[in-house]
Amino acid sequence: MQRMIGKRAISSLISLFGLIVLVFFLSRLTGDPSALFLPVDASEEMRQNFRELHGLNDPVLVQFGHYLGDLVRGDFGDSLRKARPALDVVLEAFVWTLQLAVITMTLVTVAAIVVGSVAAFKVGTKFDRVASLLSLIGASAPDFWIAIVAIVLFSVNLGWVPTSGTGSVWHWILPIAVLFIRPFGLILQVVRGSMLTALGSPYVKTARAKGVKNRPIIFVHTLRNAMLPVITVIGDQAAALLNGAVVVETIFGFPGVGKLMIDSILQRDFNVILAAIMVTALAIFLMNLLIDLAYALLDPRIRT
Amino acid sequence: MPDHLLEVRNLSVRFHTAQGVVNAVNDVSWHVDRGETLAILGESGSGKSVSSSAIMNLIDCPPGEIHSGEIWFDGKDLLTLSEEERRALNGKRIAMIFQDPLSHLNPVYTVGWQIAETVTAHGRPGQMARDRALELVRRVGIPNPEAALKKYPHQFSGGQRQRLMIAMALALKPDILIADEPTTALDVTVQAEVLTLLEELQAETGMGLVLITHDLGVVAESADRVVVMEGGKIVETGTPHEIYHAAKHPYTRKLIAAAPGQGEMRVPDETAEPILSCRNMKKSYGAFDALKGASFDLMAAETLAVVGESGSGKSTLARLILRLEEASGGEALWKGQDLLQMSPREMGKVRRQIQMVFQDPTQSLNPRMSVHDIISEAWVIHRDVLEKRRWRDRVVELLEQVGLEASHAGRYPHQFSGGQRQRIAIARALALEPDLIICDEAVSALDVSIQAQVIELLGRLRDELGIAFMFIAHDLPVVRDFADRVLVMKSGDIVEQGPVRRIFEDPREGYTQRLLAAGLDPDPEVQRQRREARLKLTA
Repeated sequence: MQRMIGKRAISSLISLFGLIVLVFFLSRLTGDPSALFLPVDASEEMRQNFRELHGLNDPVLVQFGHYLGDLVRGDFGDSLRKARPALDVVLEAFVWTLQLAVITMTLVTVAAIVVGSVAAFKVGTKFDRVASLLSLIGASAPDFWIAIVAIVLFSVNLGWVPTSGTGSVWHWILPIAVLFIRPFGLILQVVRGSMLTALGSPYVKTARAKGVKNRPIIFVHTLRNAMLPVITVIGDQAAALLNGAVVVETIFGFPGVGKLMIDSILQRDFNVILAAIMVTALAIFLMNLLIDLAYALLDPRIRT
Repeated sequence: MPDHLLEVRNLSVRFHTAQGVVNAVNDVSWHVDRGETLAILGESGSGKSVSSSAIMNLIDCPPGEIHSGEIWFDGKDLLTLSEEERRALNGKRIAMIFQDPLSHLNPVYTVGWQIAETVTAHGRPGQMARDRALELVRRVGIPNPEAALKKYPHQFSGGQRQRLMIAMALALKPDILIADEPTTALDVTVQAEVLTLLEELQAETGMGLVLITHDLGVVAESADRVVVMEGGKIVETGTPHEIYHAAKHPYTRKLIAAAPGQGEMRVPDETAEPILSCRNMKKSYGAFDALKGASFDLMAAETLAVVGESGSGKSTLARLILRLEEASGGEALWKGQDLLQMSPREMGKVRRQIQMVFQDPTQSLNPRMSVHDIISEAWVIHRDVLEKRRWRDRVVELLEQVGLEASHAGRYPHQFSGGQRQRIAIARALALEPDLIICDEAVSALDVSIQAQVIELLGRLRDELGIAFMFIAHDLPVVRDFADRVLVMKSGDIVEQGPVRRIFEDPREGYTQRLLAAGLDPDPEVQRQRREARLKLTA
């Protein structure tokens, strides 16, 4: 197991380095930050000074060398816009995103597993049909549209919850509800399909021949076997949320890492872009590791 | 009020499918009492498992429908009881074991937990269940029982898994045990052990045993009475002796006639030249030696049977000869040239001379290709064999040669039965006019009557076309009918080889003797003698 983690870590570091190279050079193709940060009528001398100050006059390769050198010392550079360490800016935003992702995914997982399992057990009944229809709608509805409609309906017309920002519990309800819908639909479908296969398997027949009751057949015998493909999808969906739910965060003015990334790209705040990418990459690496551990925990055949 | 412990009366079960209503069993009646063994004998599709599934309430309705009939157990008609009442009987009073214990045991729980669950599912306390599990695992002969309880199904061998399955079924000392093909997937020596275990346990607990099987040998070994089924109906009942020696129904007679191992044994042609000479072939996977140095000759136009139990290295041998895997050492001279040293280009040419037929034609034939495409694909790869305008005629010729029809060329594999599919696989192998066909358990998955037809076909091809066969099998009676010479393998070694008559009538090695003694004969009299010989060998 330790060898596997080590191998994973090395291959992740290699791909992370590739990503840094790509983002570093691509972001510099977006243009000159001085054009955005200085007033339109700033003199060429002022621009020159600005570029000199931030090391933007050096050849790109030299800039990259400096950046890597700082990185090795744990220095991610400063944010141009906020004049603070880029890492601090990113971590502040990341905490918001992490909370949002953890709460949403916990709710999604529990709801999808319970509803999906019952739908599979009662396949073909009204419950199953309604659940399948809802999951199809959920999996295919565009979240920007749902977000806007939800704001119009619940915040503007009914006035039940605030339209945007953070501050109270009420602020969290709409973003979580909107983020919930798509992964819930997707995971529900996978749970149902996977449970259907597992319920038809020979070991379920054995359990029935042993006189095991329905509830343990579903939640003890079948569910654990059916969870393997489900976990993969849960991982994918959680990764998407950790990356920052860009659209939803933007619409609800939620100060998460997705919104931060969009803002930084628009403002050519290169160090923040890079720091955000590294932090989310680390988070996704850790989550994939968790998924692998969960596999091994669920299935003894993987452990050996 | 019925006089038997378990009695099925005039049971009819239907299945509603997309193709219409299928009568799985029709007006079936049988009974079994305490201490008695009833065998239900039939080929695939005969409905032999359906009535026991109905007893265990394992038929999903819909699509199934119990159309009519009664199932009396201990004075009650099960079909009138509630779901909950029937659940309470399952496992406690009537238990069941299945053919393939690996897929019928839950892969993610320990076997100890699964055995104990039979006890706890019927409301007994956990500690009692764990004690009982330990006692049972010890009783069914699993080594190191305490440690075994904490292991998972995949960590046991096939025979051990079936023993664990039996332990699980017997946890609450049921009155009836239904065993659905309990030994079909097991090696012969293990099969005999499992049947003996079932008999011992039956003697200890006095349970009634329902043995569902396709194997006349199993019937001869274990049954007190037999019910023969065909197409969802019972065609004949009687004792194994009556059924074997005085069968009334033509189907029963056909089944008995098709049982392998009754024909004349062949005498190998001493003047034949070897086309394949293997010397000291080896294969290791890390520290594990799958093949420890195999040396043998295969003559032109003869059948060399390779027999052995699972893990003996017989399939490894075939894969090395075909270079599907690289050997770790040795040589394999094909008409004087070493196959193991050939370049890919040379090997490509040789491949058309050596073809292979696999065990499961459902998996080895591409489901999206028509029969014509499957057979002619060989000519796409080896372009110089046949010009394209002759393909169609040649496919028809080949189909007729293997007993199929010209009109079958446009169909797809799923439209054929198992036996027909294996014929297609053989036609495909013949397309390149090979000198050697390697059959890896090519008839093992087929029903007895189909098996006999396919063997007859292979024999004809050998005699008419002069094709040599390397016939890998675990089924000794089939080998006895078809082989010229036999090679017996065990744990990567060839323990004995010789002409078929010598091996079967005068086996010299202890392992070969045990293997032959463990085989089951369809004749109850012969089987009784063999059983005594076997018990003497093991004692």
